[in-house]
Amino acid sequence: MAKPDASIWRLMESKGYSRREFVHFCRFAAITAGVGVAGLPRVVEAFQSRPRPPVVWLHFQECTCCSESFIRSSHPVVADVLFDYLSLDYTETLQAAAGHQAEAALHDTMRNHPGEYILLVEGSVPLGNDGVYCTIGGRTAQDILAEAAEDAAAVIAWGSCASNGCVQNASPNPTGATPIHKLIGRPVINVPGCPPIADVMTAVVTHLLVMGSMPELDNRGRPREFYGKRVHDTCYRRPFYDAGLFVESWDDEGAREGYCLYKMGCRGPVTYNACSVTRWNEGTSYPIQSGHGCIGCSEDDFWDNGPFYRHLPDVPGFGIESTADKVGAAAAVAAGAGLALHAIVTNVRKQSEIHKRIAGSVQETEIGEGGDD
Amino acid sequence: MIEAAAPTYFRLYVWERPVRAFHWVNATAVLALAITGFVIGNPFRMAYAAEAYQQNWFGTVRFVHFAAGWIFLVAFVARIYWGFVGDQYARWRHYIPHTRWQWREIVEVLRIDIFQTKVSGEFSSGHNALAGLTYSVSFLVYAFQIATGFALYASMSDAWVPSLFVWVVPLFGGDAGVRFWHHAAMWFFILFTMIHVYLVFYHDYVEGRGTTSSMVGGWKFARVDTLTAPDQSDEACEPDEPAESG
Ligand code: HEM
Ligand code: HEM
Ligand code: SF4
Ligand code: SF4
Repeated sequence: MAKPDASIWRLMESKGYSRREFVHFCRFAAITAGVGVAGLPRVVEAFQSRPRPPVVWLHFQECTCCSESFIRSSHPVVADVLFDYLSLDYTETLQAAAGHQAEAALHDTMRNHPGEYILLVEGSVPLGNDGVYCTIGGRTAQDILAEAAEDAAAVIAWGSCASNGCVQNASPNPTGATPIHKLIGRPVINVPGCPPIADVMTAVVTHLLVMGSMPELDNRGRPREFYGKRVHDTCYRRPFYDAGLFVESWDDEGAREGYCLYKMGCRGPVTYNACSVTRWNEGTSYPIQSGHGCIGCSEDDFWDNGPFYRHLPDVPGFGIESTADKVGAAAAVAAGAGLALHAIVTNVRKQSEIHKRIAGSVQETEIGEGGDD
Repeated sequence: MIEAAAPTYFRLYVWERPVRAFHWVNATAVLALAITGFVIGNPFRMAYAAEAYQQNWFGTVRFVHFAAGWIFLVAFVARIYWGFVGDQYARWRHYIPHTRWQWREIVEVLRIDIFQTKVSGEFSSGHNALAGLTYSVSFLVYAFQIATGFALYASMSDAWVPSLFVWVVPLFGGDAGVRFWHHAAMWFFILFTMIHVYLVFYHDYVEGRGTTSSMVGGWKFARVDTLTAPDQSDEACEPDEPAESG
């Protein structure tokens, strides 16, 4: 490995890349970071003068799907940035070091580059029982996170686990799994999804590298560029939705015709993610294109908003299969029956009152001039 | 007890034109919103053309929902404004029980409605205190439905008003939670309408002074022999006339 504070251009040069290849790479990075080709000079400048930032990638309660997604980025040249040209000083899954050596690498990075390293966190942090449900090297996840976040230049929460707790935080959340933005008192870039899209991940990291600043975030800490629209807004099945042509069961004619999956529980209308724009696996497809509704994997509490194959979740406290409409309809029937009964009882109980009133009322023939008004 | 001589009635102008206008605009909007909302939540099967580009019924249903949603909002805001500038029967004081007299009337109306006791107490000519309280509570639900509706609408619209409600979304964990509660609250409107219309008819029947038609022409009727001088002050939460007895 080259000197730790060499720039990306120096590193590429030392590996035999030409200037032309370097600029080509910068163009990819500029587009990925969302600054466009017009921003190219800025990228070139950043990559040849700034030392490459060290990266610490922590893994807590997670399944590594975020890492798996990341290494399948459709712009390998950008993924290379992280693996070859960033100094990926610590990541449990991919680092060469192990045991004490690995812990030492982590501490060196934090000690030698305070305020410079980028902290990437995959997984949530369990707070239950003093954090015993996730410990590394004898320390709790909460401890490690607090220390690492202290001097980081920026913090990114990878995936739904780190952003909103994902499955381990679903009710009843036995380990007290907690998303990281609730644990550290500084802005966190949330990149939710189970996993997040590889190209979105690389774009967010590239943005940090190129611009040296956080991308624009929404009110839940997500980069607007990728989480500003719903899956539904750019879904290619949207014309069927507007037309009211829905798949009614998994093997009907509509399913074969590619109708909208709304009635099969598709969460596209309530899910903010870039799937229908960037798609997955080098832009090959995304779940809806493969015939399955969106399950809302980038939304808070998406496990608790099930069942996945129904439009609305169950009503809490009313047992399985109790949709809001069933409870509401039962209440309406009860109210209707109550009102009908009330009407009958009224006529029985108020009979004499009503009769008296009828008897006391005036016949038109009895009225003299000016009787009315 | 007057049985022989026919009682003479006064006309009382209780619902000013803006109140009646609000009532029917609101009732129409609510019916439209509940029907289209129900369809949005439970779309039925309807294909009248072979290709998606040839039909747009679901889009139309949603359009009607959003258009009615705007009307609902404007009528609601206008009614609240009128609650501060309208006549005594339209004032907010009428709707929020804050005097001992209003609480007594609430108990009295509950006895008449539930135990069907004889109508003998003194009633407000405008809304009785229980009706007023019911409308205030339902106005809270209106505000809830507007907040959740426009919060959902914010992702489909560039208008300024919906963007005022985006803070609502994180309170429910996300759009899915907002949509669930927005959908569940529809049942309040359905139950309210059933019970409301029934009670209007019931009170008309047992009080016998034109309650139902009052929302059309604005008039209710009060018997001359029992009518005390109508209180024209803003604080008119006291009874201004005892109801007919027997
Ligand atoms: C009486 C008042 C209202 C009732 C009863 C009502 C009812 C409903 C129902 C039942 C749904 C379907 C939810 C689902 O997908 O399961 C819905 C959706 C919706 N409502 Fe309302 N609503 C009301 C007022 C409003 C207002 C004031 C707005 C503001 C514009 C609004 C905006 C929406 C939006 C944006 C949706 C989602 C439509 C979609 O998925 O495309 N609603 N409403
Ligand atoms: C055939 C249908 C309806 C009739 C005959 C009717 C009649 C009336 C009457 C007579 C009043 C005054 C009651 C009183 O003295 O306390 C009233 C008030 C009210 N009604 Fe209705 N109503 C109908 C439908 C609806 C619907 C569908 C809604 C909305 C859900 C609604 C909402 C209200 C509200 C909010 C008030 C209070 C008005 C105010 O103080 O500004 N009504 N209605
Ligand atoms: S399939 Fe899902 S995301 Fe696509 S249009 Fe239908 S509801 Fe929206
Ligand atoms: S389509 Fe929905 S469930 Fe599937 S990956 Fe995208 S956001 Fe997650």
